[in-house]
Amino acid sequence: MNFYKIWLRNISVFFLICSSFVSFAVVAQVDTFQFDKAENQERFRNLSNELRCPMCQNTSLSGSSGGVAEDLRREIYLMIKEGQTDREIKDFMFERYGDFIFYKPRLTVGTIFLWVGPAFFLLIGGCVGFSVFRSAQSLTLKNKTLTDSDQNKIESLLTREEQNLKIKGKTS
Amino acid sequence: MLGYEMLKRLLPISAFFSFIAALAVGLFLENKDLPSVLVGKQVPSFSLKTIDGSLVTNNDLPGEIFLLNVWGSYCLPCLIEHPTFMSLTERGEIPVVGINYRDELNLADDWLKENGDPFLFSIADPSGRFGIDLGVYGAPETYLVDAEGIIRYRHVSVLNDSVWREVFLPLVKSLRTPKIALVGM
Repeated sequence: MNFYKIWLRNISVFFLICSSFVSFAVVAQVDTFQFDKAENQERFRNLSNELRCPMCQNTSLSGSSGGVAEDLRREIYLMIKEGQTDREIKDFMFERYGDFIFYKPRLTVGTIFLWVGPAFFLLIGGCVGFSVFRSAQSLTLKNKTLTDSDQNKIESLLTREEQNLKIKGKTS
Repeated sequence: MLGYEMLKRLLPISAFFSFIAALAVGLFLENKDLPSVLVGKQVPSFSLKTIDGSLVTNNDLPGEIFLLNVWGSYCLPCLIEHPTFMSLTERGEIPVVGINYRDELNLADDWLKENGDPFLFSIADPSGRFGIDLGVYGAPETYLVDAEGIIRYRHVSVLNDSVWREVFLPLVKSLRTPKIALVGM
């Protein structure tokens, strides 16, 4: 019984340590700046997740320890403190780093394909799929409903075959 | 003979393969070659100290075509491209203004003393704030700025002799020619 209690305590301490590592790792880059309002903290977190680190290219500002990323996080922090809106902060970044800074690029002539492309391909796929479905359906329908002349042909063929069989039966 | 039926069959397949080809090309595009948003715009306005401690503004920039080089004493590629800038200024080919980016003043000073100082002056940007206005990714980067202070080109990473000859020199020449033509008229 005693052994079981010690074991339980050890295992819970172990998991507690593990979970604390996990949470530290996740918020390490982002939470170096403190805000008085939780709402601003949230905005800061969202912005630094939505904006891409220019130097390292495949990480967000929040996930990068690169020099520029650090500076840009500080800039976002200062701008939020100054009372600037998300829109203003994004415009500031766009003027300096262009479309590249956004993970979600803005809708412009240059980026329209990124936005419309998937819908376009879905549409093409849908059209092809639909036409394949239609032609398959019309094929099966044709088989089921025969025209009168076809029906007559079949019947005449069948009766001829029957007669042939009868003749064969008589001769043998 | 390419009949209508055959064309009808070939069209989707060729469309598919050209799409795949386009994706394959896109996959190997070099992201670093992205042009700066600042190209065609004025050098952002600044009023900053040089690493020698004197105050400089946009008015202190050379009134001719010049290079704006982002460097730091911690940056190894900067050391590699350094001889190119040294020889450019020794030959008097083009003025070079430095931006000492995210560096410490005494380290920057030591670095220039050890390796030579090709810069007209070096703007101190320890916080990287001016770098943000320029859209800097990281040292080394070099901007080609014309006589009116408009950024014409941005080169990311090392600017060695061959980059100077093959990329910068043609640009510099084309920027210099219309001016001479105007004077001639």
